[in-house]
Amino acid sequence: MRFWLGTAIAAAALATVAGTVKYEYFFFAGYTVLMFVVLATAWNILGGYAGYVNFGTPAFFGLGAYTAAVLYKATALPLALQIAAAATMAGLLGLAAGLLTLRLRGIFFAIATIALVVIMETVFINWRYAGGATGLQLLRPAPIPPFESYTKMLFVVMGVMAIAAVAIARYIERSWVGRGLRAIRDSEEAAEANGVPTLRLKVFACVVSGALMGAAGAPMPMYLSFIEPASTFNLNYAVGALASPMIGGTAHWAGPVIGAMLLASLQQIVTVTVSNEINVLLVGVLLVIFIVAAPEGIIGLAQKLRRKLASRRKAAR
Amino acid sequence: MTALLQVNNVSKRFGGFTALDGVSVSIAPGERFGLIGPNGSGKTTLINCVSGLLWNDSGSIHFDGREISRLPAYKRTRGGIARTFQVPRPFSSMPVLENLLVPCQYVVQAGEAEARSLAMDILGRIGLAGKADTPSNQLSQVELRKLELARAMAARPRLLISDEAMAGLAGAEVDEVLGILFKLNESGITIIMIEHIMQAVMRFSQRVICLDAGRIICEGTPKDIVANLDVQRAYLGA
Repeated sequence: MRFWLGTAIAAAALATVAGTVKYEYFFFAGYTVLMFVVLATAWNILGGYAGYVNFGTPAFFGLGAYTAAVLYKATALPLALQIAAAATMAGLLGLAAGLLTLRLRGIFFAIATIALVVIMETVFINWRYAGGATGLQLLRPAPIPPFESYTKMLFVVMGVMAIAAVAIARYIERSWVGRGLRAIRDSEEAAEANGVPTLRLKVFACVVSGALMGAAGAPMPMYLSFIEPASTFNLNYAVGALASPMIGGTAHWAGPVIGAMLLASLQQIVTVTVSNEINVLLVGVLLVIFIVAAPEGIIGLAQKLRRKLASRRKAAR
Repeated sequence: MTALLQVNNVSKRFGGFTALDGVSVSIAPGERFGLIGPNGSGKTTLINCVSGLLWNDSGSIHFDGREISRLPAYKRTRGGIARTFQVPRPFSSMPVLENLLVPCQYVVQAGEAEARSLAMDILGRIGLAGKADTPSNQLSQVELRKLELARAMAARPRLLISDEAMAGLAGAEVDEVLGILFKLNESGITIIMIEHIMQAVMRFSQRVICLDAGRIICEGTPKDIVANLDVQRAYLGA
């Protein structure tokens, strides 16, 4: 109940912001922040709940972006259908990659996901129709009323996707599937011995996670009016998607949301006020600090603080 | 006699090391069966092959008349084989009760509310009811062993494999765990006990086999085993 109230408030806030804020740049930057909320939430389904660290975010994200771009070039497909197609393709990639790589454990799985990014990038560098290495220029269509600017429309679309992604992640977290994924993270052998179909659950998590990443990538070509492989399959997406849940906390759906809001906003501010290079450094430093000082993230810190306050109150009585 | 578990000529190699070498065992429904042997003799490998965490290289394993040696572990658990782990492997991010919800939901296929009451019932029987909400990474060694057993019980097995459930426990605690196992057996569950505490295995088992270097060197009643010269040699190196 509280969650749906929160969802309604988030949706209302999104509408209010879209209706009142006049600066176009706000929507341009806000889009990126919301995109990282989707990516971090998606990453956390496999990486946080099941404990399978995935560096392959750019592969799923990029496949989604290219699916949208190619379909738009070929048939001028509407944005909603581009997103649906991108999610489907990235979900299928998740299925294939999951079946192939999720038998690997720990570091080996992580390495396999890096390889996935390289493979996907190579495919699109060599696909002439999709623009090859030089990229593809795309002309935006007119925004759909009531939106007066396309960027503002994309901002709202990404906001809706962020709310949807969080709702999906939370549903999984609270269900028996989420419990099975946590069992896998704690001990895969014990999970299997207690009736958990570990491979099937991991592949499921990989498909959902991949599909959401693909959906997050779909509006990207329209956002930039351009797409090219090097920036689309950029490892910064992998780092952002991984660092946000680590900083926010991986055990709870709110962790990636808090982490992504904080990290992506900071990055936007630093990019504008200082420099683009420093913003990457910032992620690294924050990540190291949190892993060392607060391995359970901001959520973990808050819980610890709450417990401490509660026991102190008890002692005072 | 129809055996509940029929292990036939099972071998398992790890590279050049032969962990199991043509092991055959037949266990009757309702039996209390002891499995002993020195360290590294293949006891845990054998039950890993039976429970599905490892696949045997050759031979066959039948449970309830069905060949299971190529089934994934989770299907074997759903089929009625539950086990504990020698080194306790709790789901450490979960409280005690939630540990039991995993088999209640995934094996018994109970809904959330039903699973909770099933799990609470088992915790009561094993004496962990007071710890239901305790994070499982804050349990003592005895409690961890009990949690292992409780989780295996929650899977409603027909065959329960207890892999050193009593290792590191003191006398009274051993009696307590033995009592639980006896009670489970009385309710119709077949039990395989792997144990280093001889006195416990001998008291518990109706029949015992002794493994050494991947082969069965002796099979019989506890009395036969204690008197057997090969067993004495395997343990004492005499």
